Amino acid sequence: MGLFSQLAEKPWTPEQAAIDDRHKGVEFSLTTPQFGLRVFLGFVTVIFTLFVVVYVERMVFADWKPMPEPWLLWVNTAILVISSIGLQWAWVSADKGDADGVKKGLYLGGVLAFAFLTGQLLVWQQLVVLGFYASSNPASAFFYLFTALHAVHLLGGLVAWGRTAIKVKSGMDMAKVRGSVELCAVYWHFLLVIWIVIFSLLLFT
Amino acid sequence: MAYVAPAPAEVEEVELYHAKSFITKYVFSQDAKVIAIQYSFTAIAIGVVGLVLSSMMRLQLGFPDSFSIIDPADYYQFITMHGMIMVIYLLTALFLGGFGNYLIPLMVGARDMVFPYVNMISYWVYLLAVLILVASFFVEGGPTGAGWTLYPPQAILEGTPGSGGGIILMLVSLIFFIIGFTMGGLNYVVTVLQGRTRGMTLMRMPLTIWGIFIATILALLAFPALFVGGVMLLLDRVLETSFFMPAIISMGEQLEYGGGSPILFQHLFWFFGHPEVYIVGLPAFGIVSDLISVHARRHIFGYRMMVWALVAIGGISFIVWAHHMYVSGMNPWFGFFFATTTLIIAIPTALKVYNWVLTLWKANIRFTIPMLFALGFIVTFVNGGITGLFLGNTAIDVPLSDTMFVVAHFHMVMGVAPLMVIFGAIYHWFPLMSGRMLDETLGRIHFWVTFIGAYSIFLPLHYIGFQGVPRRYFEMGETNFIPPSVQDLNAFVTVVAVMVGFAQILFFYNLFKSMSSGEIAEKNPWKAASLEWQTPEQPPAHGNFGDELPVVYRWAYAYGVPGAKDDFVPQDMHPDEVGGEGAHEASKE
Ligand code: HEM
Ligand SMILES: [Cu+2]
Repeated sequence: MGLFSQLAEKPWTPEQAAIDDRHKGVEFSLTTPQFGLRVFLGFVTVIFTLFVVVYVERMVFADWKPMPEPWLLWVNTAILVISSIGLQWAWVSADKGDADGVKKGLYLGGVLAFAFLTGQLLVWQQLVVLGFYASSNPASAFFYLFTALHAVHLLGGLVAWGRTAIKVKSGMDMAKVRGSVELCAVYWHFLLVIWIVIFSLLLFT
Repeated sequence: MAYVAPAPAEVEEVELYHAKSFITKYVFSQDAKVIAIQYSFTAIAIGVVGLVLSSMMRLQLGFPDSFSIIDPADYYQFITMHGMIMVIYLLTALFLGGFGNYLIPLMVGARDMVFPYVNMISYWVYLLAVLILVASFFVEGGPTGAGWTLYPPQAILEGTPGSGGGIILMLVSLIFFIIGFTMGGLNYVVTVLQGRTRGMTLMRMPLTIWGIFIATILALLAFPALFVGGVMLLLDRVLETSFFMPAIISMGEQLEYGGGSPILFQHLFWFFGHPEVYIVGLPAFGIVSDLISVHARRHIFGYRMMVWALVAIGGISFIVWAHHMYVSGMNPWFGFFFATTTLIIAIPTALKVYNWVLTLWKANIRFTIPMLFALGFIVTFVNGGITGLFLGNTAIDVPLSDTMFVVAHFHMVMGVAPLMVIFGAIYHWFPLMSGRMLDETLGRIHFWVTFIGAYSIFLPLHYIGFQGVPRRYFEMGETNFIPPSVQDLNAFVTVVAVMVGFAQILFFYNLFKSMSSGEIAEKNPWKAASLEWQTPEQPPAHGNFGDELPVVYRWAYAYGVPGAKDDFVPQDMHPDEVGGEGAHEASKE
C-alpha cells in the first residue's frame, strides 16, 4: 500500500483496526541497511544537485571562462566504469554463491577505484602545471570542488569496501557477505552516475 | 462486528548490542536513550552560553552608557553566536538529537535505533562541532561577527569582527554539525519507517513521532543547502575563490575577488534557513499535540488533519524561502510569488491551532505544568504567527525589514514558542527518564516567571521596531526619529531579560535536585496511552521492552473510552483486557 493512501486511513475505526493489528510495522520490503543506504544516497543527491544548480547560476556571470579538458579524464572515466563493472560482477556472483567470482570482482573494483583516485590527482597536477588554480577562475574552482567531493565519497566507499574485502578474504559465508557486497555495488554505481554528470557538465560548458 | 484479535508474538526480534564496560555503557554508548541524554546535556549547556550572550547584549541595549563590558565588535560577535547557537546547536540538536533519540524507539516500540553505531558517532561529531564553535571564542580576533546569516561579502572580509580564524571555525563547525546530523537523521527516518513493532501502522504513531519524522526529512533536504553554501564560502575565504565574492575595492585596494554573486549565497542560505524554522517547529507541534491530549484526557481533535498539516507544512516550507530576501532587489513578480506561498503556508498552520483549541474545548483539562507550558506555546505561537502574516507581505515587510519588529517576531515564533514546548516536554517526560517527579511548586514558579517574562521582553520590542529602531545596532545614540520612550522600554526589557535569565537557575536546580531526591514517580504518572510509558521498568532499561516487544492494538489517543476500566487504554493493551465495549471503539465520539 502506498504511503499516501495510508494517510487516508482512519486509525480509530474497528474496521481499520482489524487490518492494522496485522501490520508488521515495516513499510518497505528492503533490509535496514539497504534502506539506510538509499536514504543516504538521497541526501548526497540533494547536495550534488544543489552544487549543479549553483554551477549553472554562476556560469551566466561575465567572468566565466571554460576549462581545458585533459584527455586523462577520459581514461579515468573508463577506469571508474570498469571498477563499477567489477563490483557488479561481485554482486552477481554473490547471488549465485560463487565465492571466487565475488573475490575477483571485489578486488578488481577496489583496485581500479584506487587507480581512479590516482588518475584524478594526476589531472589536478596537470591543471596546476597549466596554471589553473582554484582561485584562477570560477570554472576551475568548481572543477576542483566537484572532483574533491566526489573523491571524498569514493574514499568513504573504499572504507566500506575494505571491510567487505576482509570478510570475503576470511572466507565468511556467502549468505552473510552478500548484503555488504550489494551495498558496495549500489554505492559504486551511484558514484559513477555522479561522476558522469560532473564530467558532462565540464565537457558541455 | 465480531472482532478476533490476532495472536500476539511473532514480532521480529533484532540483535541488540550489549555494552560490557562502563565506558561503552555510559560514554561511548550505542543506546539511543543514553545518546539522547548526551545530546540534551550538550545542547542545553551551549544554550546557556547563548543565553548569557543575549543578557550581555541586552545590558548594552538597555543601558548603553552605563556598561562598558562590550564594545561594538563584541556586540556583533555576540549576536552572531547567540543566533547560531540558539537555532542550530540548541534547538535543532535538542529536538532531533535529544527528544528524537529518546522518544522514537520507545514510542514506535523498537528496542533501539536501527543503526546504533552510526547513532553514537552522530553524537560525537555533534560534540566536536560544538567544541569547534566554542574554540572560535578563543582564537585571535574572536568568533565571527557576520550575523547568523553569514552573508558574503562582509562575512569574510577584513573589517568584520572575527574574519580571521572566527569565520573559518564557524563554517567548519557547521559542516561537522551537518555531517553529525545526517548520521542521526538516517537513524530517525529508517527507524520510523522500518523499525516499528507489530501493529504500529504509520497512522497509529503519536504526533510527536510524526513531527520529528517530518522535521528530519526536511532537515535531510535543507541542510545540504547550508552545506553547499558553507563549503563554498569557506573556499572563498581560504583559497580566495570567487563563488560568492564580487569585485571589491577595500580601502582603496582592489581585492583578488571578482565576478561572484552574494545573492546566490542568500538563496542557498534561506533555502536552508526557512525550512530550519520548521525543523524546529514541527517537532514542537507534534510534542505539544501529545501534551495537550494527555493532560486534557481527550483524543487529539482531527488526528488525520494534524498529520496532513505536518506533511503540507513540510512541503510548502521549501517554496517560501525568498520572503527573507524582499529587500535584496528581487523582481517584484518573484516577491509576489513568495508572498503568496508564505500566506498559503499559514493555512495548514492555522488548522493545527484550531485543532489544538478544539481538543481543549470542553475537555477535562488538568493544569499540570506540561499543560501550562503547552498553553503558553499556543498563545505565543499564535502571536508570532500573526506578526509573520504581516511580514510575509512584501509591502509591509520592506519598511519593517531589519528592525526590532522582526527580532520580536522571530523570537516569539521560533524562540519562545519552541522553548515552551521543550520545558513542557521535560516536565512531562522527566519521570520516565529519571523515575522521579520534578518539584511542582518550583515548576509553577518557573512557568509563570518565564511566560510573563518572555512577553515582557518581546512585546515591547514590536513597538520599538515600529518606531524604526534597526536590529543589529550596538547603540542608537542621538537619533531624532526615535522617541525617548524607546530607551525607557529598552531599559525595562533588559531588567526583565536578566531576571528571566536568572530564573532559569530555578529550573536547573529543580532538575538536579529531583534527579537525586525527587519524589519517586509512580508508574505512568500522567496515565498516558502511548508506548513509551508501558515499558516494564521506569526508566526503561536497555532494550526498552523486556523480553517481548509490545504489540499495538490502537492509536495513542484512546482516552475516555466508554466502558473501559480506566479512562485511558494503553496502545498495547490486548482488546480482551480493555473491558466494556471499548476494545476498538477507542475514543470515537
Ligand atoms: C531570553 C531569551 C532571549 C533573549 C533575551 C534574546 C535576545 C536577543 C537579542 C538582544 C538579539 C540581538 C538583536 C539585535 O541587535 O539585532 C537577539 C538576536 C537573535 N536571537 Fe535571541 N534572545 C533570546 C532567545 C533566543 C532564542 C531561544 C532563539 C532561538 C531561535 C534566538 C534567536 C535569535 C536570532 C536568530 C537572532 C538574530 C541574530 C542575528 O541578527 O544574526 N534568541 N536575541
Ligand atoms: Cu522564512
